[in-house]
Amino acid sequence: MTTGVLPLDKPRAPRRPAARRSNFELYSWLFMRISGIALVVLVLGHLFIMNILDEGVQRINFGFVAGRWASPFWQFWDLSMLWLAQLHGGNGLRTIIDDYARKDTTRFWLKMLLYVSMAIILILGTMVIFTFDPNI
Amino acid sequence: MSITASPPDRIAGASRRSGTLYIGDPGMWSWVAHRITGVLTFFFLFVHVLDTALVRVSPEVYDEVINTYKTPFVGLLEVGLVGAVLYHALNGIRVMLVDFWGKGPRYQRPMLWAIVGVWLLVMIPSAVIMFTHIFGGSPA
Repeated sequence: MTTGVLPLDKPRAPRRPAARRSNFELYSWLFMRISGIALVVLVLGHLFIMNILDEGVQRINFGFVAGRWASPFWQFWDLSMLWLAQLHGGNGLRTIIDDYARKDTTRFWLKMLLYVSMAIILILGTMVIFTFDPNI
Repeated sequence: MSITASPPDRIAGASRRSGTLYIGDPGMWSWVAHRITGVLTFFFLFVHVLDTALVRVSPEVYDEVINTYKTPFVGLLEVGLVGAVLYHALNGIRVMLVDFWGKGPRYQRPMLWAIVGVWLLVMIPSAVIMFTHIFGGSPA
């Protein structure tokens, strides 16, 4: 609006300092698109194999998981999917918290909860893929 | 202090719920649906990594928990999950086309109807197959 006071501390300075101090939001925007392309293939492929192919979810059990993770290809598939999905989804939730949290303290604690849950899922999921033992 | 002022008819500190920014273009609803499907998928992912982690506990515990995925009620939720993820994927491709394709912004609305069409084309047979697994498959 025209009535507000412009927040310029040096209105006559030849060059104003850039308002943007970091490119983090630019990179996270780009990451959402790049990881999104990869996740379209990884996740839709995963859902097709697990829910549609053969007998779908009915055939999934410990032996089925052991058979898949015997192959480095599916280990790599699942590991990539875990990290990309968790970072993509976590960044999406970060944006949503920023949009809808109305108090800074709410925003802070919701983000802490988000980051802790992301860390738990990433560490646990990675450990499970790397330490899986079919003869347990 | 700021040049980004609030609407003149709103007193500072008044509830934002008294008004709404949602004005009803289909593109806006596609964005709302993108957020909802994304959040739902993220929450499912949290549960799904925990249930898969049970393979490190014992085959029996893992199989017992996975068997709950084979019940009709959770089966219906899985069809919903596939639908949510498929929408999120298709609309994500549309968002990328709007962002990176020169004519994307001009065709955002026809692209929305296109992804709705693709969604139906993929979801109808997928749902039929999944229902067949859920209700016709032998429970393990």
